[in-house]
Amino acid sequence: MIEKLPAKKMVITGDYAAAYGALLCDVDVVAAYPITPQTLIVEEFSTFVNDGITDAEFIMVESEHSAMSACIAAQAAGARTFTATSSQGLALMHEMLFVASALRLPVVMAVVNRTLAAPIGIWCEHNDSMPERDSGWIQMSCEDNQEVLDMIIMAYKIGENKDVLLPVMPCLDAFILSHTVEPVEAPSSDEVAEFLPKYEPQAILDPDKPMAIGTFTPPEYIQELRYQTHVAMEKAKDVIKKVTKEFASKFGRDYHGLIEEYRCDDADVVLMTIGTVTGTAREVVDELRQKGKKVGLIKLRFYRPFPAEEIRKIAENVEAFGVYDRAISYGSGGPLFIETRHALYGLDLPVLNFLAGLGGRDVVKGDVEKMYEILLKAKEEKPKEEIYWIGTRGVEI
Amino acid sequence: MLKEIIFYGRGGQGAVTAANLLASAALKSGNRGVQAFPFFGAERRGAPVKAFARISNEEIFLRSQIKEPDIVVVLDTGIMDVIDVTAGLKKDGIILLNSYKKPVDFSFPYKVATVDATSIALKNDIRVGGIPVVNTPMVGALVRILNGVKLEALKEAIRERFGKIAEKNERAVEEAYNKVIL
Repeated sequence: MIEKLPAKKMVITGDYAAAYGALLCDVDVVAAYPITPQTLIVEEFSTFVNDGITDAEFIMVESEHSAMSACIAAQAAGARTFTATSSQGLALMHEMLFVASALRLPVVMAVVNRTLAAPIGIWCEHNDSMPERDSGWIQMSCEDNQEVLDMIIMAYKIGENKDVLLPVMPCLDAFILSHTVEPVEAPSSDEVAEFLPKYEPQAILDPDKPMAIGTFTPPEYIQELRYQTHVAMEKAKDVIKKVTKEFASKFGRDYHGLIEEYRCDDADVVLMTIGTVTGTAREVVDELRQKGKKVGLIKLRFYRPFPAEEIRKIAENVEAFGVYDRAISYGSGGPLFIETRHALYGLDLPVLNFLAGLGGRDVVKGDVEKMYEILLKAKEEKPKEEIYWIGTRGVEI
Repeated sequence: MLKEIIFYGRGGQGAVTAANLLASAALKSGNRGVQAFPFFGAERRGAPVKAFARISNEEIFLRSQIKEPDIVVVLDTGIMDVIDVTAGLKKDGIILLNSYKKPVDFSFPYKVATVDATSIALKNDIRVGGIPVVNTPMVGALVRILNGVKLEALKEAIRERFGKIAEKNERAVEEAYNKVIL
């Protein structure tokens, strides 16, 4: 139970937005372990508990592995749970992530994207969450702090849908969102309660009716489980679209489902971005449009499930397609690039990969302009390269 | 119109809080777009730090760090020995310094404003561990220079954030607002 909270406009960090979002969702249990730059999320939530705004159970654990274990157990006992982590912390959870999804427990975890060592850094890179693509978690990225708060609310609604029942991982860029303050409109707790009904668990661990879940399972059963989880992830696509629509009509903010198109209608070339670079890219698109260049932008929101159909539909009408990545799969390319090429299989157009901002390097307008410049050139003549390391010492473009 | 501001100070002086307070006050003054963020370093008490703020009457989408500020605010002039605080400053930019000296005592090829924030902090007993904290008076002075952010909005932001110690900070921002020399 939470105290009645009025709707209000605040100037807050992305971390605060995540914590406040979880508060508004009236979560029952939070188990977490601090790690920069996520620490503020857990800190803020512990303050809510301390101040008596929520009666949620706040469990202090000794590691991220335990944090996820505790969330899984609590969720299996019928509680709505929340946690948050970053980087090394997420890596330590890796094993337990697969348990949450296979047991179909819709835990929600905010991940503040931070570079995974070595070398040690605290800044933004997507090489912590992207390797978890196969864990069975719905994974999405936010552009601003408003989206962080809104997405936490939508995450519960999507994950807890009976056709889905999967854990959800909303991601936010380290510092660029986590420690940046900007205006965020928070709905009232009553409005959120209307939008997000009470969590109705499918099967509960109950001392009166003892049972065990996730125990030793022979080959006769596991393959079907894998299939069902895959089907659930596929079904999540429609649920995400429905939930974002419902959210838009209730709260007036439309996130357009799995992707958002920005000035793609008559575009010759399109760049797909993820996370905070999207905001900077919007400004670049506006400026290039003013100069008469027909450029468009896709904001990728969901990495899992991957919106292959939606992306393909746009790519069918353009002459060159660029994919921005803030992570690298060594020897292959950016994770989103690999995924996009798979989605665009059979289409005859250059698909190029742009890597920038790794390790938290600032991505400026000039970097995004460079990406569009390469794309516009690729439309005229076949490009020599497919992968471009933007602003990288020792690499000439 | 977009205004971009960089705060230079030392870890512990409250440069980040200053930027955040400015953002809150700017929103309360009716600006649609406000944003504040620290330079993402490994901050230590006493080490040079940087914080950024953007204010606009339109929504802000830009996410990169500020390279060409309209105003730079220097909480501790001592760091000017090691950091070029005018780096990237726009031609018609302004430097606001925490100093007991007058603007004419400085020879920058830019407009200079000064305010003796350290004395104001001491007078109003704004200290942490005995050391004067100059961030709130500096924002008070900045609000005077900056169009579009109201003093009353800043005081309200301070009340929301500081609770019990708000009152002396409110006094300090008002004093700095009145005493800044342009």
